[in-house]
Amino acid sequence: MKRIVTGVVALALMATAASADIKIGAIVSETGPASSLGDPEARTIRMMVEELNTRGGIKGEKLKLVLYDDSGDPSKAKTFATRLVEDDSVVAMVGGTTTGTSLAILAVAEESKVPFISLAGAIEIIDPVKPYVFKTPHTDRMACLKIFEDMKSRGLVKIGLISGTDGFGASMRAQCLTVAKSSGIEIVADETYGPKDADMTPQLTNIRNKPGIQAILNSGFGQGPATITRNYAQLGITLPLYQSHGVASNAFIELSGAKNAEGVRLPGTALLVGELLDPKDPQKAVVLAYKASFEKAAGGAPVSTFGGYAHDAMRILTGAIAKAPSAKPAAIRDAIEATTGLVGTTGTYNYSKTDHLGLDLSAFRILEINNGGWKLVQ
Amino acid sequence: MRLSSKQSTLLVLAALMIISPFFFPSNYYYRVGSLVFVNAIAVVGIVILTGYAGQISLGHAGFVGIGGYACALLPVHLGVPPALAVVLGAVLSGAVAYGVGRPILRLKGYYLAVASLGFGVLVAMVLANEGWLTGGPDGIKVPDPGLRALLESLGITLTNPQFWYAFCGLVLFVGAWLALNLHDSPTGRALRALHGSEVAARTAGVDVAKAKLNAFVISAVYASVAGSLLALQNRLITPDVAGFMHSIELVTMAVLGGAGSVLGGIFGAALLTLLPQVLTVLQDYEHVVLGLVMMLVMIFLPAGLIPSARRLLRGRGE
Repeated sequence: MKRIVTGVVALALMATAASADIKIGAIVSETGPASSLGDPEARTIRMMVEELNTRGGIKGEKLKLVLYDDSGDPSKAKTFATRLVEDDSVVAMVGGTTTGTSLAILAVAEESKVPFISLAGAIEIIDPVKPYVFKTPHTDRMACLKIFEDMKSRGLVKIGLISGTDGFGASMRAQCLTVAKSSGIEIVADETYGPKDADMTPQLTNIRNKPGIQAILNSGFGQGPATITRNYAQLGITLPLYQSHGVASNAFIELSGAKNAEGVRLPGTALLVGELLDPKDPQKAVVLAYKASFEKAAGGAPVSTFGGYAHDAMRILTGAIAKAPSAKPAAIRDAIEATTGLVGTTGTYNYSKTDHLGLDLSAFRILEINNGGWKLVQ
Repeated sequence: MRLSSKQSTLLVLAALMIISPFFFPSNYYYRVGSLVFVNAIAVVGIVILTGYAGQISLGHAGFVGIGGYACALLPVHLGVPPALAVVLGAVLSGAVAYGVGRPILRLKGYYLAVASLGFGVLVAMVLANEGWLTGGPDGIKVPDPGLRALLESLGITLTNPQFWYAFCGLVLFVGAWLALNLHDSPTGRALRALHGSEVAARTAGVDVAKAKLNAFVISAVYASVAGSLLALQNRLITPDVAGFMHSIELVTMAVLGGAGSVLGGIFGAALLTLLPQVLTVLQDYEHVVLGLVMMLVMIFLPAGLIPSARRLLRGRGE
């Protein structure tokens, strides 16, 4: 035990000895149940730090990254956050792949006054506003609002909701139920499924049989939505199907089968449809540049929305460090809060004292699956 | 004066708890220390169940979950003070263990392992799916018990990790003391007798079913207290704590350190909590190293690290 303690101490000393550079910390769920989110995040963060350093760092100083994998466990995330702040003496943190890990990290960030940019969806992270906590992904509530907006424009007002019982699905379901009424949408069916279920035909049949139903919305992430899309085709349901922003990736089309997924709509970021964007769109250049460098660094693995969140967080953070008068956590925090007009892959960020998310609904684009690819609606 | 094994165990434990902080360069080490203690509390419960009584539970994380969520739900929904919630959580865990264990423990063999496995999975599912009550898979915030503020008003200022290091250490010490006392009590002797041979124990007048049930209830209370302490110091609890993998981790800690000895269990908890922290340097190989350590211990030191080391120290003469 003593040997382990001395070993840890020695490692810690070695780490501090080498730190004349600017040190930033990252905690992501590279392994575990949220690894499909955390893995592209970790790759993006590593890639961007490397890129920045080959370009000469920030103001001549190299960026040093300390990245820990919390495997999706909030208790581990909290320990690593304590470690980053207390032991590695980082000036800022990025990460928190899931809402649970983000909430665990933000408690440490607030207590030790180190800025933290979260990569998780839930609105609780930045509402109420906490001085040292920011986030880059749009909230689930915004996804619901965007979908409802599109439904209403097509005259679809009586809908059925089917949700996964995992963190993503449960959180989005709650938000959709909250904002449905004010958006003029009536939810006439509300079914759930386990994230690993292999067949959702009973739930879908239940929903289809509700009188007057006009569309179905699935708030879910991972395998579930693909299964639903396949079941949808097997049952021959012709109602419009909406999926969540959580499945906005080419892998989803492959999993569900291009034929089954034809016509499915979902809110996504510009990242997926970079080539289709209007050349005047300010996001086009950013999105294509990130896509190219990620796919090169990841050996051909496709970009995902989640890597995009990490990209935006790193852009905001490195931009703030460059602008801040000193590399002290408090100065960096002020510079992050002063970020405006920063074009990321997710949207254009305008942080302020009262808004630590900085995105509006225009960040989302409604995409439709068309011939095995994506089509911009509107 | 020669110290009894009980006294020396407690002395070693107290010395390690008090001396270690002198080597801590930052609060992070207190945080890891307090996590070691929390896991060790649950593992001491497993030592009583598995080491003393020879019963295996694969669902103890379920009780950790009950204890943890008691500290979140009772204060939030019913306004119970968090300190009282720890006690109520422990009572509830004990009662549930009694209800689950009573029919099961009349049977011989692996029934407890299977039933507790199902029980643990059920608890985790309820916690994840009943979002209106538990906050769902993203977890729920836990209120501050206010103990640190109380100490501050008495003039003792500790950082958050320091406070939890001291508090969890104290609870672990009391837990270990109780477990060691139990070892030599009539109840403990009955447990060890039925571990050796249920038939022989019954012949000697031990109420086997009742003794097993006692061990199961006591170990559930330990797990519940550990869960409460984890929830209170994290100020957040998620359904993962009740998950199957966490149950396995707890049993692994006990078996690795030596399920038959309290100090062994604590050592196992310390080792498996510290290793992932040390191994972040080579995090890609973390699971490989953990697996290798487990295999080597099982092959070469089947009684667990501490009991095997003790035997080695005493030499062959014994």
